Amino acid sequence: MLRLQNINTYYGDIHVLKNVSLHVAEGEIVALIGANGAGKTTILNTICGITPAASGSILYGGDDITQLPPDRIVHKGIAQVPEGRQIFPPLTVIDHLQLGAYIRYRTDGKDAIAQDIERMLILFPRLRERQHQYAGTLSGGEQQMLAIARALMSRPRVLLLDEPSMGLAPLVVQDIFTTIARLRDEQRTTVLLVEQNAKAALNCADRGYVVETGKIMLEGTAQELRENHEVQRAYLGRQKRPIWE
Amino acid sequence: MSELSQIVQFLCTGVTIGSIYAMVGMGFTMIYNATGIINFAQGEFVMLGGLIMVSLTSSAHIPMPLGFFITVICVMLIGALFERCAIYPLKKPSVLTLIIITLAGSIIAKGVAMLVWGKQTYSLPHFSGDTPLIIAGAAILPQTLWILGILCCVVYGLSLFFNRTMLGKAMRACAVNPIAASLIGINVRYMVLLSFALSAALGAVAGICITPMLLMEFDRGALLGLKGFCAAALGGLGHSGGAVVAGLLIGIFESFGSGYLSSAYKDAIALIVLLAVLLLRPSGLFGSVEQNKLKDF
Ligand SMILES: Nc1ncnc2c1ncn2[C@@H]1O[C@H](COP(=O)(O)OP(=O)(O)OP(=O)(O)O)[C@@H](O)[C@H]1O
Ligand SMILES: [Mg+2]
Repeated sequence: MLRLQNINTYYGDIHVLKNVSLHVAEGEIVALIGANGAGKTTILNTICGITPAASGSILYGGDDITQLPPDRIVHKGIAQVPEGRQIFPPLTVIDHLQLGAYIRYRTDGKDAIAQDIERMLILFPRLRERQHQYAGTLSGGEQQMLAIARALMSRPRVLLLDEPSMGLAPLVVQDIFTTIARLRDEQRTTVLLVEQNAKAALNCADRGYVVETGKIMLEGTAQELRENHEVQRAYLGRQKRPIWE
Repeated sequence: MSELSQIVQFLCTGVTIGSIYAMVGMGFTMIYNATGIINFAQGEFVMLGGLIMVSLTSSAHIPMPLGFFITVICVMLIGALFERCAIYPLKKPSVLTLIIITLAGSIIAKGVAMLVWGKQTYSLPHFSGDTPLIIAGAAILPQTLWILGILCCVVYGLSLFFNRTMLGKAMRACAVNPIAASLIGINVRYMVLLSFALSAALGAVAGICITPMLLMEFDRGALLGLKGFCAAALGGLGHSGGAVVAGLLIGIFESFGSGYLSSAYKDAIALIVLLAVLLLRPSGLFGSVEQNKLKDF
């Protein structure tokens, strides 16, 4: 479905992604885990065309989307829930949901979109209560829900999530992971998930990649990663390491 | 003339010219919101609007309403062309570069206008005659009412556009957060193009409206642009409702200032008002930290 081959990305002179290769099959949930500054967000932004790759290629379906601008990539069916929510403070909740479907207005029409908005409000009842409020006045968690709902409104075939659990209460986090799993099961949405909460991510995902300093260090099924000692030590917070190691 | 009628008279003059500043100010605001740049060519759109209208109606004898429409379209296209030729090709330009480019654009527009229309001053007939209405002893030109009415329509139309239509909301989204906007499939460059076209249209409307009263020549744009910029800054840059109120205020101050003090100070008044307000409230009349967070058209 989505395949990155030897991707290199720079910020100015800083070489951030070094020969990153990964793939996500259709209907799969893949987790990217790694420390702060490892390059996870950069991987997602490179896929989305915000920080275009200097070399390497990104294949989506049969198409090469490496050099496409961000809005074209959304039209192809890839949506990102960006890190830090990135909502539009002076627009209302409903505005966000409508704008999420911006690319569908010409093709799908108002009714289909109104139905989808209704679906989002069922999925996130908090948003229904606040539907006419300015997004800037929502709580952090509500903004996160809004960012996810906005991305889903484009009916993406591939959903990129950058730390969806950030700032959310544990129960809401659980809801969100349940939602992600359900999207996959019901609509075969493919998911690439970046998470600090490696445990929750690996519980939900089918496969995972470990990113360190811009390189893919490890890949495997979620089960393999959960059982891997390095992963346990570094990301799952189990202190199994003997002192003399 | 009684004291009251004099005040009414000054008020009317002020509101008339203030409406023009308001429209130009909104044009500044629109481009500022979309790109973060102050478009110094804004005043030239006003000048082009006035002069193209003169050519269409006085020389080509096209009826006023049709001429109005064609002029606005022409200037819109010029605005769009300017964006595509001068702004669009740049990759990651700094704001300073962009501002200098708009200055260059303004100089070029002035030069071309001088070649086309020469240095003489042109006028247009008033939209519906120039027999003044006498209200409270003051003589009010019908054109004043036209200008006020058009300003109201423009403000109302823009607020509908930005609050009710998808395209308008998309433009606002781009203004607040272009990256997030591109992540939901909005073509940010297209929105920038649109903002140039719209603000050129605003300038053209202002130019057409004011030419019957103040006349127009090739180098009138800069001063009108400057006053419009004062309105935009005074209103708290990026806030178009603020620009409207500030534009009207500047117009009124100017008219009373030149009436009671001396008309020699007329052009300085806008700047003095701007400086005074910015000293007291650096974010403008309507801008504030809170407002910046909820930055809006
Ligand atoms: N705009 C930028 N300019 C320069 N360097 C940047 C920029 N954005 C990110 N970087 C650098 O790129 C590296 C990778 O950043 P990235 O945001 O991808 O990390 P991350 O894995 O998402 O981290 P986190 O878990 O904290 O979100 C970091 O070292 C960071 O300092
Ligand atoms: Mg990150």
